Amino acid sequence: MFFTYIYRELRRRHRQALLTALGLAVGVALVVAVTAYAGGVRDAQDEVLQSLYGVGTDITVSQTAKQGEGGPQSFGMQPPDASQSGKKFTRDAITASPGQESLAATRVETISGLDGVAVASGSLSLSSIHVEGSFAEMSGGGSAGGGSATQPAAGATPQAAASQAPIKVSSFSISGVDVTDLELGPLSSGEVTTGRSFASADTNANVALVTKAYAKQNSLAVGDVKKIGGVKFEIVGIVTLPSGSTSSDLYIPLARAQQLSDNAGKVNQIYVRADSAQSIAAVKKEIKATLPKATVTTAQDLADQVSGSLASASNLADTLGKWLAIAALVAAFAVASLLTVSAVSRRVREFGTLKALGWKSRRIVGQVLGESVVTGLAGGVIGVALGIAGARLITALSPDLQATMGSSAQLPAGAPPGAGAMAEALGGAAQTVTVQLAAPISLDLALLAVGLALTGGLLAGGLGGWRASRLRPADALRRLD
Amino acid sequence: MLYDLSGVTKRYTQGRKTVDALAGIDLQIADGEFLAIQGSTGSGKTTLLQMLGALDRPSSGSLVYEGRDVAKLGEGDLAELRSHSYGFVFQSFNLIPTLTAQENVETALVPWHVSGDERRRRAAEALAGVNLADRARHIPSELSGGEQQRVAIARALVREPKVILADEPTGNLDERTRDDIIGLLEELWRERGQTLIVVTHDTWVAGRASRRIWLVAGKLEAPPVDDRPGAEAAAAPAPEPALQA
Repeated sequence: MFFTYIYRELRRRHRQALLTALGLAVGVALVVAVTAYAGGVRDAQDEVLQSLYGVGTDITVSQTAKQGEGGPQSFGMQPPDASQSGKKFTRDAITASPGQESLAATRVETISGLDGVAVASGSLSLSSIHVEGSFAEMSGGGSAGGGSATQPAAGATPQAAASQAPIKVSSFSISGVDVTDLELGPLSSGEVTTGRSFASADTNANVALVTKAYAKQNSLAVGDVKKIGGVKFEIVGIVTLPSGSTSSDLYIPLARAQQLSDNAGKVNQIYVRADSAQSIAAVKKEIKATLPKATVTTAQDLADQVSGSLASASNLADTLGKWLAIAALVAAFAVASLLTVSAVSRRVREFGTLKALGWKSRRIVGQVLGESVVTGLAGGVIGVALGIAGARLITALSPDLQATMGSSAQLPAGAPPGAGAMAEALGGAAQTVTVQLAAPISLDLALLAVGLALTGGLLAGGLGGWRASRLRPADALRRLD
Repeated sequence: MLYDLSGVTKRYTQGRKTVDALAGIDLQIADGEFLAIQGSTGSGKTTLLQMLGALDRPSSGSLVYEGRDVAKLGEGDLAELRSHSYGFVFQSFNLIPTLTAQENVETALVPWHVSGDERRRRAAEALAGVNLADRARHIPSELSGGEQQRVAIARALVREPKVILADEPTGNLDERTRDDIIGLLEELWRERGQTLIVVTHDTWVAGRASRRIWLVAGKLEAPPVDDRPGAEAAAAPAPEPALQA
């Protein structure tokens, strides 16, 4: 009788039931689409952060170089003596990444021992620069030697060369990584697609991994040899990293990187994983206390620095999207409740008759609730379908989003010719990552949507049922249809 | 006595106005009686019927049914009483429009929590008892007025209640159908020995009862004198039914 009555009643007022279901469906669909959109934005942010940060890293530690400290990199582009004037030259140098001061590798152990730290690992970011060209033609008793690519030697008067062949600068970036723990650090988000990854036995070996893009550009394959700082390294694997990630061109064992760049026992980046998400803030504080001069950055700090259309999309989802979805849901619940109460009002005589037959109030409330639950369920299913359609539309129509962070290196005043290329070679350009926004729908989201619609149905049914339960049979039967 | 009413009043408040629908009713109804309640519109007939059927409680006075004062019962007890002791027949039939004739009769058995098979069996028997077995699967809109009222009577009788309360059961019917319905009610009353209380403004219908009472402005009054030809014969009470063994 219960289900028969529900079915017959909903069939009789199918238009109103459909309207109620559609009202709930629209509210639910909006929640689904906005939640999917927000989820897509979060996924895109995670993708950006992982490419910038690596998988599994909660905190990075680095130290900014002080201005004026450390001598400029010297490539000896001035001829040592007059006999070399106008002659061709080549120079190679491996330098630490600009703007970053090195840290003692023992700091990695110190940080590993802090409360809340699961594991820490260090890396050394380097640039290998190759300069070739011709020495400047000497004119008059100009002092020679010591000129650097970026600024004149201290105290020297810059000599204007009468004729200077163009200087060619090429470079590639190198990361020295801890081969005993690749789950943390620059290679954590990479995938070795050809060859092999590093093994613990490679700690002091002349082996390298090369990124897919660099390998393609320079026609390198597994088994080839690449000279780094004049030393031959065998390429053992080709690694693919997420697009836009701050990847180096080559990866070598940390110990070898330290030796090649005269940075024994040094790192310039420490990666830290906390033992739980809740302890990240505390760990950051501890590291700051241990290394007061260090720059300690969490994933959240990085996320806050991201600008561009991805950041705008994130704001849109968090503010407008969220409140729009809530407003639509409240409106849907209100409409469903009003329609249900209205339907109950039209059935006063019917419910009065049932009470006259001995039906208890809770039985009648149950009947009204049952009708509303079925309507809610229908609204949920339709809402999920509409929500999926909406999410697919977002995925199809959404343009690629960009996330930008970092800033361009600035050239000091009076830099000699060729310094621009040098600056670019040394890096420091702003990092922009392009991601495509998708709006994923998960089973959990679909179930949440149906649950919301059912809640709306129960709310409406509860209100209508309460109204029905308050009817006195005598009053109900006294009413005219 | 099945019913013993003493000083029963029913007061309604409509804004600042207070209306006494019943103003001190003293009435006794015997078991197995066929009672007609007459009166003009607004005299309180339906209100009295609703009191007798535990659809409402008196504002004051006592209404004792089988030794229990209905005025003192809670809503749950009243519902229990309605589900076991009373069967209702309404002027507008009051059938559930979306349910078939059979299902409408079954609604009276829902509070009894019997099995679906038992419910269907008893409902089918009740419909057969009012000669409507062949219309069991039709919804009310597919039935004539007389057929709908038969369904309502079947619904009222399916639980074999002690009391049948009919509020203007022929009010919406033509004369011929009226005769059929009253005839059916009377026949069933004679067969089953139930107490039958009918509210009616129809003198002919009232004339079929074993006793008539007259309400004026919520009070019991002597019936009015009707000097129309044949009125005296029509006003005379019907002979007492033979007592069931």
